Amino acid sequence: MEILMEYGKAFLIGGIICAIGQVLIDYTKLSPARILVLFVVLGVVLSGIGWYQPLVDFAGAGATVPLSGFGHMLAKGVREAVTEDGLIGAFTGGLTATSAGIAAAIVFGLVVALIFKPGDKS
Amino acid sequence: MAVDKMEYDKMLKKASPNSKAYINIPMAFIIGGLICVLGQFLMTSYEKMGISTYFSGTVTSITLIFLSALLTGLNLYDNIAKHGGAGTLVPITGFANAVVAPALEFKAEGLILGLGAKLFTIAGPVIVYGVTASVIYGLIIYIFKLV
Repeated sequence: MEILMEYGKAFLIGGIICAIGQVLIDYTKLSPARILVLFVVLGVVLSGIGWYQPLVDFAGAGATVPLSGFGHMLAKGVREAVTEDGLIGAFTGGLTATSAGIAAAIVFGLVVALIFKPGDKS
Repeated sequence: MAVDKMEYDKMLKKASPNSKAYINIPMAFIIGGLICVLGQFLMTSYEKMGISTYFSGTVTSITLIFLSALLTGLNLYDNIAKHGGAGTLVPITGFANAVVAPALEFKAEGLILGLGAKLFTIAGPVIVYGVTASVIYGLIIYIFKLV
């Protein structure tokens, strides 16, 4: 039962975050690239003012899987690094915390782009 | 019939995406929600396999990025994205798709300035503004001693 609740919360919050993105696409002229940038920066800001962590505690992957979760990881990494190392942490924390995701995107991106042929866009 | 710019914008809005907002938004909600449920399933499974809570989120992200890269290579992610809209764009899988798709498309222009450069078409701006925002945040909490 508890596990079903977990999935339900992840579905609800993850769905709402994506629906917000769709509202922005449908009602503004924001391009997909701008939306991704916006969500990451918003994730940093919301995490900075302490609103994103409660969302992660509540919804788990529902809050970490959307790109705003990537922003949250950046901010959380910086916060921990500044606490540990002081000023230098402002520069090391973000990329350290998100390094696995960035490296995975680069490496898998490269390998897939090398192996596969461009598909037709139909 | 004279149509000024504002009126034209209104007509455009009426004619294009907006008219399907009542389908697009629920679809984004459902598909995006399902991708997050998959993420939750992976995270829970990894924790059961003994991966610490600290790393389970990261391993989940790597898995989702891998799956999305593969589906993009197989030309399947775009098919899901046609229905999912922001539901397939906003999750980390959409980010991975935005990394792979242009790299694949521009591979013909060479491995360095084609594939290598286009890999960062979307990832570049996301990392630039995300990292900058986080450094500003770090400077603020350091200067004002908020941690």
